[in-house]
Amino acid sequence: MMIAELRSVRVDYSRGPALGPIDLTLAAEEVVALVGPSGCGKSTAMRLLAGLEQPCAGSVERSIGKGQTSLVFQAPTLAPWLTALDNVALPLKLSGLSGEAARQRAEDCLAQVGLKGAAGARPAQLSGGMAMRVSLARALATDPRLLLLDEPFAALDEITRRTLADDVLGLWFRSRPAILFVTHNVEEAVYMAQRVLVMSPGPGRIVGDIRTPGDLPRPEGYRTSAAFRETVETVSRLLAASLKAAA
Amino acid sequence: MNRIARILAPLTLVTIILVGWELACRLMSVPVYLLPAPSAIAASLASDWSPLAAAAWTTLSMALTALVIASLCACALALIGGLNPLIEQAVQPIAVTVQVTPVVAIAPLVMIWTGLDHPGRAITILATIVAFFPIYSGAAAGLRAADPDLGRLFDLYGASRWQKLIRLRLPSAVPFLVEGHKVATALAVIGAVVAEFVAGSGGAQGLAWRIIESANRLQTARVFAALVALAAMATLLYGLVSLAERKILSWWAGR
Repeated sequence: MMIAELRSVRVDYSRGPALGPIDLTLAAEEVVALVGPSGCGKSTAMRLLAGLEQPCAGSVERSIGKGQTSLVFQAPTLAPWLTALDNVALPLKLSGLSGEAARQRAEDCLAQVGLKGAAGARPAQLSGGMAMRVSLARALATDPRLLLLDEPFAALDEITRRTLADDVLGLWFRSRPAILFVTHNVEEAVYMAQRVLVMSPGPGRIVGDIRTPGDLPRPEGYRTSAAFRETVETVSRLLAASLKAAA
Repeated sequence: MNRIARILAPLTLVTIILVGWELACRLMSVPVYLLPAPSAIAASLASDWSPLAAAAWTTLSMALTALVIASLCACALALIGGLNPLIEQAVQPIAVTVQVTPVVAIAPLVMIWTGLDHPGRAITILATIVAFFPIYSGAAAGLRAADPDLGRLFDLYGASRWQKLIRLRLPSAVPFLVEGHKVATALAVIGAVVAEFVAGSGGAQGLAWRIIESANRLQTARVFAALVALAAMATLLYGLVSLAERKILSWWAGR
């Protein structure tokens, strides 16, 4: 079942074409990674799927409501004046849930990302990894059917990135939302997604759609397997070829 | 540099200046109407303590009244402008024009409108005009300063314009509002003193009026005593506002 789809979508900004034409389909419960060079329009594609931006040409189809979509940015994007718990409860309160119910749900979501003890902490008191977990908990609070992750681990160190990647896959396994994951990191894309879409430099087009080996969540030792290394090589080669062609 | 050194450094410098000033006045027999010695100023401060405190309160109360009025008007206008960009566009050039026009140039008009026998009202209005702009521009900038990605999340979760204002834009504006009020507090005192000078009447007997009156009589030690009272009042007020700023910002940022 299709969750969201871009059909021959093109986006132009005043400085020129930014994206497309591009076709992209996300099925229910599917985890897809979008890799490509900076400025190729990955974040624009994500905003289109979220319904936060309109295309100049083509159409965006969605089988779910706006409230069933959640977004996580590169920065945790937390309100500094609210506690971790209140940040997670924010989308619930905006959608009209009562204070106590929102609090209860926010507590559950914080527990899911392993931050039950940090409910009363403010964003400034959290490490980068903890703040990103709060951001993930907030995205999960509305029980979304589509989760859009816009380079969420880009500002984190390698160990935290890997831990959070496994956490995201663990969370996906519980409620199975469709996930579109934007990243620059090819290994991360192959590890986390069932499909990796490769984009060409701006205006971005999809030049490759590669299925990754094995099931989610990944078994131990997946990163060192030959199939994983081979897929990483294939994606990297496609990326390099699209960059060369653009140059 | 440790804490004691940081406190001692300015105290030592002030002591050196005062001792040098005192010695210069005594050794060179400087006329007291030209430059009174610090001891003469201290004596004037001690003898005029009560009228100086009353004058300081007059100036301070006018400045604080102006600050409250400026704060209410500026925040309300910024809020209306924040909800309706067209109104903000309409208000901005007028606010800038009033701000860049020297308050002494507006004073005669305000004096006429409030009545020459009510200089206190004119002074309060003029100080309000001076204090208005920093609060207005701070509030207007603050209401536009919300994190755009957080704004996108609010849109994604279907927040109404009202929810966005209360839960995102107003809290995001807090640091700007605090900074605007801090600048406006200093400007309100300056505005009240300048307006007192321009009003030049005995109807509102604040510190500026005491300075004018003492200068006219060549009682220079009393001029200095009023200046000391004015500086002490403004410094105390600035210190209180800075303390409030630190407390509010540390609460806001959760640090």
